[in-house]
Amino acid sequence: MTDETNPERLLFASTTQSFLEKEASLSRLRELHAAGASFEADWWRRAAELGWTSLLVPDELGGGSVSGDGVADLALVAELAGRTVAPGPLHPVSTVLAGLVEVPENHEATIESLLSGEVVGSWAVYEPSRPWSPLDATVTATRTPKGYRIDGAKDRVEAGAQSAVLLVVAQCDGAPRQFLVPTDAPGVRVESQQSIDLVKSYARVHFDGVEVDESAAVGSAEQTPDLIARQSHIAQMLQCAEVVGILDTVLAFTIQWGFDRHSFGRPIGSYQALKHKYADLKIWFEACRATTKAAVAAVASRSPDAEMAVSVAKSYVGEHAPAMLQDCIQLHGGIGVTWEHDLHLYLRRVTLYRSMFGTPEDHNLRVYALTKAAS
Amino acid sequence: MTETTAAPATTESVEEFAARARAWLAANMPRIDLDNPPEADRGEEAPWLRARELQKMLWDGGFAGICFPREYGGLGLPIAYQKAFDTESRNYEMPVILNTPTFTICAATILDTGSEEQKRQHISGVLRGDEVLVQLLSEPSGGSDLAGVITRADRVGDKWVINGAKTWSTSAFAADYGLMLARTNWEVPKHEGLTMFLVPISSPGITLRRIKQVNGSVEFCEEFFDNLELGDDAVVGEVNEGWHVASRQLYHERRAVGGGSEFASGIGAEGKTDMPIDYVELLEKTGQADNERVREMAGRALVHRAVREQLIDHVYHGVLDGSLPPAAGSIIRVTHAETHHLEFDTVLAITGTSAVVAGDDEMLRYGERYLSRQAAALGGGTTEIAKNIIGERVLGFPREYAADRGVPFNQVKRNKS
Repeated sequence: MTDETNPERLLFASTTQSFLEKEASLSRLRELHAAGASFEADWWRRAAELGWTSLLVPDELGGGSVSGDGVADLALVAELAGRTVAPGPLHPVSTVLAGLVEVPENHEATIESLLSGEVVGSWAVYEPSRPWSPLDATVTATRTPKGYRIDGAKDRVEAGAQSAVLLVVAQCDGAPRQFLVPTDAPGVRVESQQSIDLVKSYARVHFDGVEVDESAAVGSAEQTPDLIARQSHIAQMLQCAEVVGILDTVLAFTIQWGFDRHSFGRPIGSYQALKHKYADLKIWFEACRATTKAAVAAVASRSPDAEMAVSVAKSYVGEHAPAMLQDCIQLHGGIGVTWEHDLHLYLRRVTLYRSMFGTPEDHNLRVYALTKAAS
Repeated sequence: MTETTAAPATTESVEEFAARARAWLAANMPRIDLDNPPEADRGEEAPWLRARELQKMLWDGGFAGICFPREYGGLGLPIAYQKAFDTESRNYEMPVILNTPTFTICAATILDTGSEEQKRQHISGVLRGDEVLVQLLSEPSGGSDLAGVITRADRVGDKWVINGAKTWSTSAFAADYGLMLARTNWEVPKHEGLTMFLVPISSPGITLRRIKQVNGSVEFCEEFFDNLELGDDAVVGEVNEGWHVASRQLYHERRAVGGGSEFASGIGAEGKTDMPIDYVELLEKTGQADNERVREMAGRALVHRAVREQLIDHVYHGVLDGSLPPAAGSIIRVTHAETHHLEFDTVLAITGTSAVVAGDDEMLRYGERYLSRQAAALGGGTTEIAKNIIGERVLGFPREYAADRGVPFNQVKRNKS
């Protein structure tokens, strides 16, 4: 994803990388976990200053990207973040911004506060005990004289407890709509949900007669399916890009282990059984990179094939990445299943991403449906 | 200098070339139904005669050998022109069975390593549709260990006398010449005593036999050499430098398999069995269009198929820009086989009993195709050898132990007979 020919992007990449190495190292991740924290608000403000939140936001709304291809730049940030399984609300903030910038009317102030990193926002799309199906909400938005009343529950809301504002998908007059809801509004109750990741936290959010103004609506009923599709694509593409960064890093140190670790007087990478496992890992890694690159390009250009490209990547990466991490653990031997070794930090994140925003199985069904629709 | 081509090579843009090709194709070549391409079974005689005719038509129209040099009858144009021609010619009958091995492997290797006379005769020969070429490399005595060939070429007077056997040569029965690897020095390590010969297939001293495969195909052949006599003009490259020539063949073969050869012309299927599986049609025919479990399986196969195409593109450009070594071509090789396996495993599961006991739905052919599933992991070098290449030449792990390394070939242990 690094475009070696673009000097601005290279500079952005190196600034981002040194910030991550210094301020989001694996030992920092373990400290946050030990303290029961998800990320520090000040750290996120500084990440925003580096430009992470501005990439999907057009210049006239105060954003901008270094290369002119904000989606690709954002994927690059995610890939670099994967190298240290960085904490922080990059995914939820980017996803909310991806929707808001399409229909910014009434939401300029929210965009600005998300841009500055002062405020964290998240997409409330999943509902308790229900699979990934972003257009089918049971949460309702009922019209009131002043605006809407929101009732129901959402869950798996990333950084929900740290968010000041949520973009909530709800049924309104029989169609899905989205509303910006402040988490301090009367009737909003946030319960934390533990995840298998060391630092990524989620929340179940109850809405009991929450009143919002007319201006809280994001886009019209007609626009909503496209907005939700765009937000989904951004969320899913970010997951794939971050996993590519994770795999790149884990493969590099696992391959090095194959040279350094000796058994029976030979480096373990000289044994054909392990050499072939390494070859498989290399093949799957290049395939994950290839399909993610294609998905990023399709989302960036808003290609009509973006839906297909993202589902293909999400399925393939989701199917392979956790199994690849398990192979890397096997290649490390017993040390690989210890708490001290860093492998589980990476395994936790790829396992989390396998299932969030559609499992590989969900996306396989989607790919079939899209193929059928085109035939 | 062969001057039969009409293209003013250097001045015409790709778009102009494509427009000229479009007009010429419409006026001269037979159109085909893309959903039902003409059968070109490589095991039959007729498709080869047809391919020669079609190639002659391309030659006469000035569209043969777009990327081959002009002095040998080609157009000497960059790959972009070939790609444009491929796009324009999709709806027309093309001699696609000449692509591999004739153009992409054999002619490409002769261009790299052949004598001036060999290039003039054979490259323009294949471009005119007069010659079909084949590789005579593998032997019954060994598969993956290609440099361990034991077909012998002995010097007798001013002739070479060939004895031995070759196998797995694609459609040799339809070919005019074969690139044949033989041992000319038994007292040096295996790679150093080999010589490549260009053999006329119809020579006395060659007995040809068809190999029947599990799926009934008879496209591959086996050849036996009994005191076949060749002159020095049959040597390709230098005597005892045959491994260099064979390495070029392997290089061109890996590129061709991945769809990365500029020497291929036309991209259509070689008939209905060569077409990608239509899962939507398959689910409808088997009454499972509403079965979510089956749709998910089909979707997974479609995902893997799409990723294979993305990977080919990624590796092709990675090798070009140096971010991946040339040996990374083996990544495509393995993925091709594994995707093929997944597709046929999926088809077998979807079709159930109808692929194994004939009904009236013509599904038995999927069962038959499943039986030769492994061919994709064997042809052009096995998956296991490809994984060795990735482990050793892409990742840099120590090479496998070889008992014959540095040992004179006549002291190397061979098969127990």
